[in-house]
Amino acid sequence: MRTRIWHVITPLGLAVVIAIVWFSPAVGQQSGQQAPAPRPAAAAPAPTSSFPAYRAPRLNGHPDLNGVWQSFVTANIDLQDHEAQAGPYTELIGEYSGWPAGQSVVEGGVIPYKPEALAKKRQNAANRIKADVSSDKNWHNLGDPEMKCYMPGVPRATYMPFPFQIVQGSGQYILIAYEYASTTRTIRMDWKDEAPTDTWMGWSRGHWEGETLVVDVTGLREETWFDRAGDYHSDQLHVVERYTPASPYHMLYEATIEDPKVFTRPWKISFPLYRRMEKNAQLLEYKCVPFTEELLYGKFKKGAS
Amino acid sequence: MNWRWLSSMVLAAAAAIVMSSALVAQTAKTVAPKATNTAEKAYAKKTPWGDPDLQGVWNDATSTPLQRPAGKGETVAGNEANLFEEQLANDLSRDRRDGGPEVDVNRAYNEHWMDARRLKITNDHRTSLIVDPPDGRLPPTVPISPERQKIRAERAAAGARFQAGMPNIATEMSLPIRCIIRTDSPPYLPTIYNNDFQIYQSPGYVVIAPEMIHSARIIPLDGRPHIGPTLKQWLGDTRGHFEGNTLVLETTNFRNDDTVYQGANPETYKITERFTRVADDTVNYEFTIDDPTTWTKPWTAVIPWTKIDPKEQMYEYMCHEDNFDIVHLLTGARAREKNPSLNLTKPQTQR
Repeated sequence: MRTRIWHVITPLGLAVVIAIVWFSPAVGQQSGQQAPAPRPAAAAPAPTSSFPAYRAPRLNGHPDLNGVWQSFVTANIDLQDHEAQAGPYTELIGEYSGWPAGQSVVEGGVIPYKPEALAKKRQNAANRIKADVSSDKNWHNLGDPEMKCYMPGVPRATYMPFPFQIVQGSGQYILIAYEYASTTRTIRMDWKDEAPTDTWMGWSRGHWEGETLVVDVTGLREETWFDRAGDYHSDQLHVVERYTPASPYHMLYEATIEDPKVFTRPWKISFPLYRRMEKNAQLLEYKCVPFTEELLYGKFKKGAS
Repeated sequence: MNWRWLSSMVLAAAAAIVMSSALVAQTAKTVAPKATNTAEKAYAKKTPWGDPDLQGVWNDATSTPLQRPAGKGETVAGNEANLFEEQLANDLSRDRRDGGPEVDVNRAYNEHWMDARRLKITNDHRTSLIVDPPDGRLPPTVPISPERQKIRAERAAAGARFQAGMPNIATEMSLPIRCIIRTDSPPYLPTIYNNDFQIYQSPGYVVIAPEMIHSARIIPLDGRPHIGPTLKQWLGDTRGHFEGNTLVLETTNFRNDDTVYQGANPETYKITERFTRVADDTVNYEFTIDDPTTWTKPWTAVIPWTKIDPKEQMYEYMCHEDNFDIVHLLTGARAREKNPSLNLTKPQTQR
């Protein structure tokens, strides 16, 4: 399955205008298409700030995306609108556990869940700080995989509050290395073969569309979540990412998410990525396994009840 | 797809140590080939921005032991080479069926799971990966401080509990068993499987991504200083530069918790690695370790890296996400505490 381009679908004329103005430099080639989609009255406009048209420096004839990048959205807490909230155990650590408010990065504001899937999302959220690894079979049933230091999957890796580095050379591979959990993924350019098996970071195949690196991601393990709010997917997840340079210091990131088992239609997130400009910018280690061992394995240690 | 079978993994070093220590003895002093000679024939391919091109997926598996076995010269030839390779392959084989069902079960996985490339000695028919000292063996050690002795004793005690199937707690197990690091901390040594390394390059950077555990060692080439001395990392902090066609890496800032090779002292440990492409399908990987508070002198090893068949890919190596075995090991220990009749009659093999 090659890239699918999803459309700016908007029920309101105003929203269409805003979307066209805001997205036209990046997705100008996309045609509009009407699709019925219920929206709350306060449906947010496209959440990305506007960028002027920009042509990036070239590497082997393609836009050069090399660099250390980071998003500055709070989507890892919740992709959708969220108020500031107490995280877990504020009675122990006070504000250290507080989570900031943030606006939805979802186009139209709301994730189009199927009704039964929405119930599962709510259940996930209620159980997000639980974990039980006492049986192999139910190993992944409870809790946010992030809390357990599992690889975050795509697109979540992009909006974890950690930098990542794109390494683009002259070969057929582009590497994205993420600071969080020392995760990596390889983007295979112009690649035919399908995912040989499901993996945590999926099977990424890329191609260039003008200024944009388009990455088609399949073969994602179903256990990853999208955020701490329990937003999730099935083994049918298909993600199409678009990385479009917007200035020497910015990229527009867009991801279209399709999963017919969980959602009524494909939906899209977008936000800017910022180049880390420190002279000494580099990924440091965030190997978080030691931070989870007591949570996961503490009850099996000597002397535990 | 060995990544699924992370349960029961072996540390690369463990394999090498077991392999070489089983065959201990002094060998006649011979002159080792100078590793740097290989640079003279360096393969000249360049990236579009002018750096020597090392991009691709490479594999470092070999049966040649780190240290030279007793009675061997620096290389073997003819029939001796065949016999040496056969003997090493037999010792490494999981399918040798020489110990009955209990031993077979204890080896956990048969040869199907192992990297077949690890059953071949190096193409230059060396008898040790170590080329300096010239006897192909690690230099003598120096006395270590009481603090380090204490740490080593604690680790040895934890290791003995593990061997007896009685680990107390996850955090006393080895870093590979805990899925924190596996073969991704230098020096890179061959292990039983997943001996792959993908090298990526971009202007100003070289990146080495070892298959285990899905980490990327991102190496700036711009001459910037190391990170601050109080900032320690499991994989250290690497800076690189090219000397002719050779990529030279220097790594510092290692953590002080069993990260550096063979319990060396991170305060004084220095590792220099050199990568030289000597053919389209071969990179010579040479490393020198110098730690005057652990060994009496520096030592150097050379391991050939071979380009894998382009149809073969390096896939994601997942470990912690499904680390079922760590729970099995702990629950097994707790069961034995309650019921001593479950105790192991023989120590379990480090896998």
